[in-house]
Amino acid sequence: MDVRSQVSMVFHLDKCIGCHTCSVACKNVWTDREGTDYMWWNNVETKPGTGYPTRWEDQDAYKGGWVSDGKELSLRSTSKSKLVPNIFHNPAQPSMDDYYEPWTYRYEDLFNAPEGDDQPTAKPVSMVTGEYIDIEAGPNWDDDLGGSEIYAKNDINMEDLSPEQRQQMLSIERMAFFYLPRICNHCLNPACVASCPSGALYKRGEDGIVLVNQDVCRAWRSCIPACPYKKTYYNWSTGKSEKCILCFPRLESGQAPACMHSCVGRIRYLGNVLYDADRIAEMALLPDDQLVEAQREMILDPFDPKVIAAAKANGISDGIIQSAQKSPVYKFLKVWKIALPLHVEYRTFPMLFYVPPLLPVMSMTQGDVVKNDLDELFADIDKHRAPMAYLGKMFTGGNIGKLRYALRKQVAVRVWRRHVTVGDIDEIKARQALAEADTTPDEATAIYKLSALAGFEERFVVPPFQREMAIEMLEDPHEYRANAGFGSRTSPKRS
Amino acid sequence: MTNYFWFGVFPYISLVVFFLATIRRYRTESFSYSSLSSQFLENEQHFWASVPFHYGILTVLGGHILAFLCPQMILGWNAVAARLIALEVTGLAVAILTLVGLINIVIRRLRFPKARRVTTAGDWFIYGGLLVQVVTGIGISINHGWGSSWFATSLTPWLWTLVKFNPDVSYITPMPLMVKAHIINAFLIILVFPFTRLVHILVVPNPYLWRKTQVVIWNWDRNRIRKSN
Ligand code: SF4
Ligand code: SF4
Repeated sequence: MDVRSQVSMVFHLDKCIGCHTCSVACKNVWTDREGTDYMWWNNVETKPGTGYPTRWEDQDAYKGGWVSDGKELSLRSTSKSKLVPNIFHNPAQPSMDDYYEPWTYRYEDLFNAPEGDDQPTAKPVSMVTGEYIDIEAGPNWDDDLGGSEIYAKNDINMEDLSPEQRQQMLSIERMAFFYLPRICNHCLNPACVASCPSGALYKRGEDGIVLVNQDVCRAWRSCIPACPYKKTYYNWSTGKSEKCILCFPRLESGQAPACMHSCVGRIRYLGNVLYDADRIAEMALLPDDQLVEAQREMILDPFDPKVIAAAKANGISDGIIQSAQKSPVYKFLKVWKIALPLHVEYRTFPMLFYVPPLLPVMSMTQGDVVKNDLDELFADIDKHRAPMAYLGKMFTGGNIGKLRYALRKQVAVRVWRRHVTVGDIDEIKARQALAEADTTPDEATAIYKLSALAGFEERFVVPPFQREMAIEMLEDPHEYRANAGFGSRTSPKRS
Repeated sequence: MTNYFWFGVFPYISLVVFFLATIRRYRTESFSYSSLSSQFLENEQHFWASVPFHYGILTVLGGHILAFLCPQMILGWNAVAARLIALEVTGLAVAILTLVGLINIVIRRLRFPKARRVTTAGDWFIYGGLLVQVVTGIGISINHGWGSSWFATSLTPWLWTLVKFNPDVSYITPMPLMVKAHIINAFLIILVFPFTRLVHILVVPNPYLWRKTQVVIWNWDRNRIRKSN
């Protein structure tokens, strides 16, 4: 057992209101520079939709992630033998057109325009070339199903649906959609790290954050196709790849990452979990529908004395073990089993988990009357608007059982709360719903509290990083005095 | 005297600058070592530019290095006329491939505004230098045939006198002007090399072939902690 600690996250999709505050917070802090203008380390997509970059989930085109033949794991986009040809021209490399060309407006035209009969306009200009452009795409072009004929229809997760289900999902009366905020998943088996010819990408041992060493990256661009989530980005100005750093400077000083701190819907949870790094290689070979369980198995019980002993032997401090015991992620993922990884079949073992959304039918029109039907609201999940096959493709590698379990439990929590607060569902029925969903009144109450009421400190259990002590073990702090904090004393400019 | 400067002194200037400046740049500005790829900004023509150019120039460079290190081998190969002709024709073909790639690079950088945006003055200088180099190279191979042989008999010995710090420019003095231009331009490229994007050649990622798949970096010493337990 090789116990390590990983800072991990849960996004509760039922709570996301699609406001993009998270994206803007991140952009203002990290990617408001030339070359990063088109990057959204945090982005929010409308599902069904094609996302950003367009159709990123289509791995036949983007070649992201790993494939397993049961014995060996290999990257879809590269290998040692493809190193040389890929370095000169990487056939799987997306181009700016797959994202969008960043733009701004000539605001000064509004002030400089000569007096006339018409209102002056500020024309859009490309942030790359500075020339006028016709805006053709943006990072959230399919927001709220905008242009759903083009975007929602082309969602790759709908592939397995029958034409009838597809039609149902897109028909105006049943139109179901939800938001999917995405950041780098800081995977356990990161494809980006494995693909980098220079070894510039690495996973930090003590917290699992995946970073690009800017001094070692040489723009071989391997990580960009390799990441199946398209969360490594190429800075076209400096010629370096960049990615979400999970706000490690904030975490190290005890603060929540900017996207999480600012989240309006309070959908985000952060905490560390302990996992067994020895099992990654073997688990990643399993068939798609066993991967959710495999990943859960790798996450260890932080209360188990054996785990604690092994963790200590590995240099994990008491403070970090304690924070793993308080971790909200551990509860959602292992205790309640209602959080699921996004596209686990890419086999990177993403460490950001989603509580899948319920999309119940709220009301129906009967003739001229709109009927609100309580029975429908708490109906069986199969009557919900998003077909199980659609959500299953996204969150469980096609294992519908795991998805049903997570959704049923959520419905049961609502039934129980309805019974407690409104009282129009009787106790026998409510208890029956709980039992059917493998839960209890106590658990349902705990789920309700952490989902709906939790304050800042319960949502974000930032482990004590002890960076200052860690550094002293390897380096003389005096040598690093007056250092900008990133180990770099020169400004990051193209030369 | 002019010959002595260009073929007896200038190579040293250029090599000294090359070594000092690349090492200094690597140590103080490692960040700036990048291939500065523009494939992200223009993904179609990139293939027809970068691929022929890189395979071409690497083969040509390899040929020159081989003739410098193992002249006897080349001469032995060339002893049979058919083999000599095969080598010459291959060399010319590869050089033309390089030229095609290079021209495509220049056209691509001019034609696509986004690619033009990230092309610096240094890049244009290097493209110019490389164009002169490849064109003179092709010119030599057409006008002054059997270069693979006379490189091995005349240029290799001269280069070795440079290595031994006893430059003997008499090997070069009788050479045609185009050959001289080719040599001077080569050392000019070496001279400016450390100040341009060419430095990416020095950081080719060979460790990839033998490193472990995943890279994990610890900020503390796990072994020390384990042992102290
Ligand atoms: S999601 Fe993040 S850690 Fe995972 S492969 Fe992509 S960039 Fe790497
Ligand atoms: S800030 Fe929160 S609620 Fe708003 S879009 Fe982002 S994740 Fe959703």
